[in-house]
Amino acid sequence: MKSPGRMRMEHHKILEMRSITKEFPGVKALDQVSITVEAGEIHAICGENGAGKSTLMKVLSGLYPHGTYDGSIIFQGEEVEFKDIRSSESAGIVIIHQELALIPELSIAENIFLGNEPARNGVINWDSVNAQTLELMARVGLREEANTAVKDIGVGKQQLVEIAKALSKSVKLLILDEPTAALNESDSQHLLDLMAGLRSKGITCIMISHKLNEIEQIADSITIIRDGKTIETLHVKNDGVDEDRIIRGMVGRSLESRFPDHTPTIGETFFEVRNWTVGHPAVADRLVCKNSSFKVRRGEIVGFAGLMGAGRTELARSVFGRSYGNFMSGEIFKDGKPLTLKSVPQAIKHGLAYVTEDRKSLGLNLLDDIKTTTVSAALKKITHGLVVDNDEEFVVAEKYRKSLRTKTPSVNEGVAKLSGGNQQKVVLAKWMFTDPDLLILDEPTRGIDVGAKYEIYGIIQELANQGKGVIVISSELPELLGISDRIYTIFEGAITGELARGEADQESLMKLMTARRKTA
Amino acid sequence: MTSLKQIFGGDTRQFGMIFALIALVVFFQIMTGGNTLTSGNMMNLFNGNSYILILAIGMVLVIIAGHIDLSVGSIAAFAGIVVALVMRDWDFPWYLGIVVGLLLGALIGAWQGFWVAYVGIPAFIVTLAGMLLFRGANQFVGQSNTVPVPQEFRFIGAGYLPEIGPDLGYNNLTLLLGFALIAAVIYNEMRTRKRFAKIGAEAPPVWVSVVKMALLCGVILYATYLFATGNPGTSFPVPGLILGALVIIYGFISTKTIIGRHVYAVGGNRHAAKLSGVRSRRVDFLVMMNMSILAALAGMIFVGRSTASGPFDGTGWELDAIAAVFIGGAAVTGGVGTVVGSVIGGLVMAVLNNGLQLLGVGADLTQIIKGLVLLVAVAFDVYNKSQGKPSITGLIMKNFGNKGKPELPTATETVISNDVSAR
Repeated sequence: MKSPGRMRMEHHKILEMRSITKEFPGVKALDQVSITVEAGEIHAICGENGAGKSTLMKVLSGLYPHGTYDGSIIFQGEEVEFKDIRSSESAGIVIIHQELALIPELSIAENIFLGNEPARNGVINWDSVNAQTLELMARVGLREEANTAVKDIGVGKQQLVEIAKALSKSVKLLILDEPTAALNESDSQHLLDLMAGLRSKGITCIMISHKLNEIEQIADSITIIRDGKTIETLHVKNDGVDEDRIIRGMVGRSLESRFPDHTPTIGETFFEVRNWTVGHPAVADRLVCKNSSFKVRRGEIVGFAGLMGAGRTELARSVFGRSYGNFMSGEIFKDGKPLTLKSVPQAIKHGLAYVTEDRKSLGLNLLDDIKTTTVSAALKKITHGLVVDNDEEFVVAEKYRKSLRTKTPSVNEGVAKLSGGNQQKVVLAKWMFTDPDLLILDEPTRGIDVGAKYEIYGIIQELANQGKGVIVISSELPELLGISDRIYTIFEGAITGELARGEADQESLMKLMTARRKTA
Repeated sequence: MTSLKQIFGGDTRQFGMIFALIALVVFFQIMTGGNTLTSGNMMNLFNGNSYILILAIGMVLVIIAGHIDLSVGSIAAFAGIVVALVMRDWDFPWYLGIVVGLLLGALIGAWQGFWVAYVGIPAFIVTLAGMLLFRGANQFVGQSNTVPVPQEFRFIGAGYLPEIGPDLGYNNLTLLLGFALIAAVIYNEMRTRKRFAKIGAEAPPVWVSVVKMALLCGVILYATYLFATGNPGTSFPVPGLILGALVIIYGFISTKTIIGRHVYAVGGNRHAAKLSGVRSRRVDFLVMMNMSILAALAGMIFVGRSTASGPFDGTGWELDAIAAVFIGGAAVTGGVGTVVGSVIGGLVMAVLNNGLQLLGVGADLTQIIKGLVLLVAVAFDVYNKSQGKPSITGLIMKNFGNKGKPELPTATETVISNDVSAR
């Protein structure tokens, strides 16, 4: 297929989307969006949640077929009209979604060739599958057996399987939607290196990401979309782009600071966990928390830093009414008195609240509306006799809608319709209504855009000002450094360090997060 | 359309079901030359279907919680035979017989609930086993014989409200019941309007309330008239009364109490519910147990109506009840459904059955038609969802309209809602 025309295209545009307009009933999701992607570059698309990035990619990949949008798509110099994903894939455009589309029970090889099996008369040629799989795995740097089930490898490796799958389809333009959202630092770095490698092999990438540092590191050009409109396209090298520059484009103003000003008023230690040891729920002899001790003072924001899988969530959830793992030993003290929390209801009763990192599968009933969700952890507060008071429910939900500035037409809306930031506000409202003394927030700003993050930080600080203790678990070190008064580091289930606000920086944290504790 | 919705409340689905029911009744009324809406036929309809509708009430809770119960027919039969036997052989009076039946239901329910909630076996398996187990138990205990029940016991299955007071040509208790219902409807509507004012929400226009009340009261009045003017000795049937009471009780429990909220929460997202402090196992246990109690009650009502308990009572009831629940808008995946919706779904099936019978359509064709109705009703629901109108708002009969100052939906919300419905 190396026609002279194709050769000439190498340093020209591979894709041009012209004046794409996509309307949903009552709203324009995309309004005259245009984007030009050069062949062989990594092109980032930035924008707040709901700006229209995903919609644009769905138009491109044929998920919204030709005819349901206005405008034209020119791919490799020809106007294309994709009817569905199959037709865009056969043209060489492959999209990898944020939620991976792999079948957990099938092997790596089966997943890579799913729907694309080399076969004769319907009988799969397994030799060919396995041989090609090995080759593809080598290309993406995945060291696993080809017949390992996908559920047995980590998210980072699953991401690589997705890319291998794309490569098997002789991809020319690879679209990655939030590729590193679920990955830890080293997996993320591996993925970014891989993308750079693909670029050198002439594969063009479009990446959607909220992680601006990664974009700054790897992208050649950046298109910023805001409210369904193209704002600008920046060339990273020529335009001297940095994170602040991108943020300015995304929010349409420059954020003075990414964290609200806050002067903490820190009181006495009121919550303490000592020698907390918890076993893995499924694997015997494996500890997820090893002899961990920590304390929280009133009005204090305590950060928990650790790589993904270090045991931060496990520690938090096992403290929160033993909702994870097999409790083995350890003590909890609240206001100086020992406390045994054997169940979630008990933990709530004693003033604990836990906001999960996984909003959609652990934090929300997506069938519920805002008001039902808001009161769902403290139904007793609005129940008189036997009857749940619907009026009070509405009043309470309205109160939080206003005070947290949740963007919604009404508290009768379903939570599934809200953006990530607003969903998180509803979850926070739900826990605030239980009137907790200690809030444990697990990745409170994951999947939330920059503007909403700022608001969430404000809420966290306000909670601390009310004299509550707040624990923030986060993978983003700048975030922890920005809002915590004190930070614990966790590595392989053990607490490896404790740094006060002044002493901590990214480097010192990273050292403690990756090194074993000096024998304590 | 908006006004129509305000009048009937609920979501498109519930709205559609009520219309389908009315349309069916009207259709059969015309086709049968007026033989559908007669006192005798209406009484028949209630007597002959109340036990299925009672099962549907329990089943919708089971299904909302994300389970299923295939054993209800067998449990009904087992409870029926045990009750018939204790009354015949041990001379238990009828009221003790009922108590024995309900206790037996609770016991069986605890057994099934234990396996589902605390051992963690899928309800499908547990109740499939229960279906065999209790069918066998029925035939074992009753030695596959038919056991008659005493006259007094037949009251709960085939009785009518008694004649009391002066003879006005109507059944007085039925009239009283009808008027009480009308008073309740009016009171409720007034109270709702007051509540809107109290919490500062915008109430629907007055004419909507008036039309809504007029329609409801009209239907109730007509039904009262039908039931109060039947053949001498008949009036509003006792099974209908039991059903009505159960609809009110379970409607209340499912929408207004903590345990009701928890059933929806567990079915909607079990993990999230647990992390919000819901004791999900207890919820599972209770819904399974409750289902068996209602199955035992349904079994007794059926025995009362058919004057004897037999080895094949209750065959296939589980499927009728499940069909009613899904026609009534519940979701297979749990978290969605209403008690009222399920009873309406059951009534649609009942009216269909009854009307086809009156028209002399054979059992073969009737089954085919019922199968298609189930399919079309659920297809309607699925289609609605794919149009981005999730029919989840009908969880609670919506009392609130728009409130506050509605802001325009942002692109985010619409895009996300489309994403969700596309999955």
